[in-house]
Amino acid sequence: MDVYLPRTLPEALELKARHPEAMPIAGGTDVMVDINFDRHRPTALIDLTRIPELAVWRREDGHIFLGAGVTYTRIMQELPGLRAWFQAARTVGSPQIRNRATVGGNLGTASPAGDALPVIAAHDGEVIMISARGERSLAWHEFLVGVKRNALHPDELIAGVRWRTVRGPGSFSKIGTRNAMVISMAGLCLLLDEEARAVRVALGSVAPTIVRAAEAEAFAAAEIARAGAWDDPKATLSEGTLAEFGERVTGAAKPIDDIRGTARYRRHACVVLGRRALAWALADRRG
Amino acid sequence: MDVTLSVNGVSRTASVEPRITLADVLRDELGLTGTHVGCEHGVCGACTVLLDGRSVRSCLLFAVQAAGQEVTTVEGLAAADGTLHPLQKAFHDAHGLQCGFCTPGFLMAARELLDENPSPTESEVRTWLSGNLCRCTGYQNIVDAVLLAAERMRGAP
Ligand SMILES: Cc1cc2nc3c(=O)[nH]c(=O)nc-3n(C[C@H](O)[C@H](O)[C@H](O)COP(=O)(O)OP(=O)(O)OC[C@H]3O[C@@H](n4cnc5c(N)ncnc54)[C@H](O)[C@@H]3O)c2cc1C
Ligand code: FES
Ligand code: FES
Repeated sequence: MDVYLPRTLPEALELKARHPEAMPIAGGTDVMVDINFDRHRPTALIDLTRIPELAVWRREDGHIFLGAGVTYTRIMQELPGLRAWFQAARTVGSPQIRNRATVGGNLGTASPAGDALPVIAAHDGEVIMISARGERSLAWHEFLVGVKRNALHPDELIAGVRWRTVRGPGSFSKIGTRNAMVISMAGLCLLLDEEARAVRVALGSVAPTIVRAAEAEAFAAAEIARAGAWDDPKATLSEGTLAEFGERVTGAAKPIDDIRGTARYRRHACVVLGRRALAWALADRRG
Repeated sequence: MDVTLSVNGVSRTASVEPRITLADVLRDELGLTGTHVGCEHGVCGACTVLLDGRSVRSCLLFAVQAAGQEVTTVEGLAAADGTLHPLQKAFHDAHGLQCGFCTPGFLMAARELLDENPSPTESEVRTWLSGNLCRCTGYQNIVDAVLLAAERMRGAP
């Protein structure tokens, strides 16, 4: 096995063009587990941890760009104002995993249980890919094409994700077996978009890829409008409406039974996560 | 492939296969067997070391990825004359270990916590150490030991 240690992005892209079979490795928290378990034997690796161009985030004309190489620890330290991102980062593994694991690795693995992915989906994020041929971008749902499958070409790297800044409260919450013990059974990101007067809900771990609960989103936005709560944050929704929202969120899930939990439990988890997330968001607006 | 690392402040070079993990190089090439290997898939925390001051799993890292970086292992905690680090002393005094297999990992994780937050609450200690597993102590004495070390380190001149 060969390991390449490029120091700049152009160098990395040239290596990837020359060795399309070489596997990129960032934090290694997915790659190494597969190698140590002998599930995968790459012939070559390209280490991305020394590439400064991937390890940056920036605000650009109403958008945020988050580089593929930014770790969850850095998201917590440098972007605490992005509530949902902060909360998702905090739930990933343990400090030692968060010190290494990156958002790019979460996208590369494209597991339905990747905790950054519902957050990207709720933000309507686009994934920026880059190769020696140039740059292209795809909406998150075009990039995540199936269970552990993404739309990356063999000569491309993930540069990062980009989304339009959303004004309004939001959260990420998940249900799993134990703190720090890997994979979630259900995860949910909810955002209130005050400008568009829209509610956005994305679910992880309950379908082959990340899903948006479009029908529940429309229901919640209409109910908030009916209660007059877009204009008056003091106005509330009834318990019954919140519960119905939870039921509708579950409507978007297509869960399976697996070793981590049953489909029935996952459906129930979506009801609870959805109802709570909407209640929190409305409470945040009341201040 | 030759890899040069700074280990506990000393520059060390080892000739390694690219597919060898940092944990294996520390143990097998450099003879630093204080870093333990339990699960080899990032779950147990026994192999925790500091890389440029940040705790990482040395079983999830190829040694070549750490080239040129600063590695601190449990052997680097005590002073050169053998005086125990306050964390080591507190684990001893508060019975923070039984078989000791998990101890190096807990010490290194706790070291990063106290570097960042000299006055953690009990719940902050528990959250921070949630990625390290211990099959003997039931954790209470480990948490007590970290709190004791923090207290002593704050009191130190
Ligand atoms: C103990 C433990 C607990 C975990 N807990 C969680 C959890 O709670 N939530 C969660 O979501 N995940 C969890 N994970 C999984 C893992 O940490 C995440 O998926 C993480 O985001 C992977 O990032 P990485 O940088 O380590 O990726 P790597 O392992 O380096 O790479 C993963 C994949 O992405 C590809 N890749 C990486 N960067 C790029 C790039 N820039 N361009 C192209 N391809 C790229 C790699 O080739 C590989 O296929 C856990 C893992 C462990 C070991
Ligand atoms: S041996 Fe590295 S985490 Fe268990
Ligand atoms: S003291 Fe035995 S595993 Fe922790």
